[in-house]
Amino acid sequence: MRSVWMLLPALMLAGCSPHRTGQTILTVATVNNGDMVRLKELGKEFERTHPGIHLKWLVLEENVLRQRVTTDIAIRGGQYDVVTIGAYEIPVWAKQKWLASLDDLPPSYRKDDLLPPIRAAVTYQGVQFAAPLNGEGTVTMYRTDLFSKAGLTMPATPTWEFLTQAAAKLNDPSHGVYGLCLRGKAGWGENMATIMTMANSYGARFFDEKWRPQFDTPEWRRTIATYVTALRQSGPPGAVANGFNENLAMFAQGKCAIWFDSTVALPFLSDPKTSKVAASTGFAPAPDEGLGRAANWLWTWGLAIPASSKKAAAAKIFIEWAAGPGYAKLVASRDGWLAVPPGTRKSLYDNPDYRRAAPFAAITLRAISAANPNDPAVKHVPYVGVQYVAIPEFQGIGTEVGQQFAAAVAGQVSAEDALAEAQAATKRQMAAAGYYK
Amino acid sequence: MRGRGRLLVSPAVALLLVSSILPLVATIWFSLIDYRLLVPGTGRFVGLANYVHLLTDPSFGPTLVNTLLLIGMVLVVSIVGGLGMALLLERVVLGRGVLRLLVISPFFVMPPVSALLWKNLLMQPVAGFFAWVSSLFGLRAFDWFARAPLASIGLIVSWQWLPFACLILLTSLQSFDREQREAAQLDGASAFVIFRQLVIPHLARPIAIVVMMETIFLLSLFAEIFVTTGGGRGSSNLAFLVYSQAMVRYDVGAASAAGIVAVVFANVLAFFLVRAVGRSLDA
Repeated sequence: MRSVWMLLPALMLAGCSPHRTGQTILTVATVNNGDMVRLKELGKEFERTHPGIHLKWLVLEENVLRQRVTTDIAIRGGQYDVVTIGAYEIPVWAKQKWLASLDDLPPSYRKDDLLPPIRAAVTYQGVQFAAPLNGEGTVTMYRTDLFSKAGLTMPATPTWEFLTQAAAKLNDPSHGVYGLCLRGKAGWGENMATIMTMANSYGARFFDEKWRPQFDTPEWRRTIATYVTALRQSGPPGAVANGFNENLAMFAQGKCAIWFDSTVALPFLSDPKTSKVAASTGFAPAPDEGLGRAANWLWTWGLAIPASSKKAAAAKIFIEWAAGPGYAKLVASRDGWLAVPPGTRKSLYDNPDYRRAAPFAAITLRAISAANPNDPAVKHVPYVGVQYVAIPEFQGIGTEVGQQFAAAVAGQVSAEDALAEAQAATKRQMAAAGYYK
Repeated sequence: MRGRGRLLVSPAVALLLVSSILPLVATIWFSLIDYRLLVPGTGRFVGLANYVHLLTDPSFGPTLVNTLLLIGMVLVVSIVGGLGMALLLERVVLGRGVLRLLVISPFFVMPPVSALLWKNLLMQPVAGFFAWVSSLFGLRAFDWFARAPLASIGLIVSWQWLPFACLILLTSLQSFDREQREAAQLDGASAFVIFRQLVIPHLARPIAIVVMMETIFLLSLFAEIFVTTGGGRGSSNLAFLVYSQAMVRYDVGAASAAGIVAVVFANVLAFFLVRAVGRSLDA
């Protein structure tokens, strides 16, 4: 009964779509980041060389895309033939048997060329379910001019203690410079990404082997104390409204002395056209407390085929073209090497042209290689993921816990209370989901 | 004869059934099963478990309180402010049409747009207008959405609804009998007494209408919360709770249960409102 209702909109859509004879129409749903928008533009090139396939694009903001695609796939709507999905969704959806295997991509796809952590992120139980388009790790970004003026030197690998002390020293609100910028906006993909990665470097873990949340441990207390104190003392006003984009804009305008975030920011900050402080921006590896795991996260956006798609064969041809080794050359020939989506293939980092064009290539490669989503914490964990936990319940838990930590940064609750609330809320949701039988 | 009458209204009744009763029944059914989109093998009947989980959630109480506080705040600001503006506008003779157009314009700004305007241009603590004003006085910028999330949202929504209240009250003020006012003046009544004893009773009915209309719309307030704070215990209302259950947790069962609770809540509120409004209409 239910499935019949759910099919109705899909049938209506199928009825309206223009169907030229002999042509396969692929509906591609993708996230609106720069790499994907470029892919859409270059899609015309694909259609020129593959006249039998026509691409229909749906470019959406990350959360909207997630909602639309999740609901469509969950009810077997079959609206999309190719979807962009993140590292979090891949294992969750693969477990649900929602995705078609990509193990049979032709040899020209060269899957051995993928960076090992990225390859691990798109693989579930030995089967590849997504073709990565870009990859990212974490990096410490700082202002070399402010550092030398204050007599500070960035260590080869910083610790959180060094960063927070340097931030306190460089914090100069009267001149519009804030010591430390970190993600503060509540959300599992925003502040929780930063906090969980930081927690791993402090030896904390999200769940123990029995899926008990760990917010009552000293490691988490240290993490949240450092995070909250640093943002309250040396962070910009309104830090709880800042996600990746807001911090990128602030750093590029010279308002942040130190920023710890994704390597995605590096091309923007290296380019004088998009950053006022391009000449005085330095990059250092992610902070490391020397406990065995540094603050390295891993994320990738990949192309996947929903199991409900009836056009998997054509979809694979498109994926092989878009995520294969040839795509980088196509982008480079049109928009230059800086525009090539970073972080997926060894061959890109071996390419001297790319290394010359992208001064941040080495640090990006190092950041991605240092991440280990399959074994993210110092102690053993039952889950996959550094800055996320690849279980269906995590989006709800991460958002609720993220709101608690944002409330602590805003001063609405103490760090201790936020941790206690996070512990209780996570336990509640995990119990309701049936983890403690 | 009676049979034919029934036959004639049957399309309307059928439409009503399909458009309102069927979704309600489906929602009630969903609220009684374990239906999580991301978990395989769900769909079994769980009785009232979704409701128990919702009502024992420590964030449910604040959500309910937030819903009421938001409605109350916006009602007070829009009616008191709207009445003040209506009284001033009534005095204006020259250019009243233009002024009225300007006053009503916030009502035509789409909620997400006005929330974005307030968030990024006015209340933003580094580059916002209010931050600039407070810097003129040497004060630290107030971080609106972090320090007072509910009040900030209340302010934005009040700004949107002020014109509505103002316009309704203004039309009603213009229909106030001039002879009655002159008679009172002849009897030596002060301006305040005229306002208190004659104008306010005259406005009871339009005020009741404003309360009713605004409450109905404010119960489903969503865009302003989504755009500014993105939820959280400090600013979620019932409508936002339903959204986060359905679109963040992908828990259709829990979202349906929250939806049914919201329907019950709205009906309780409507019951009291209708009685209060009815009383003022009788008076």
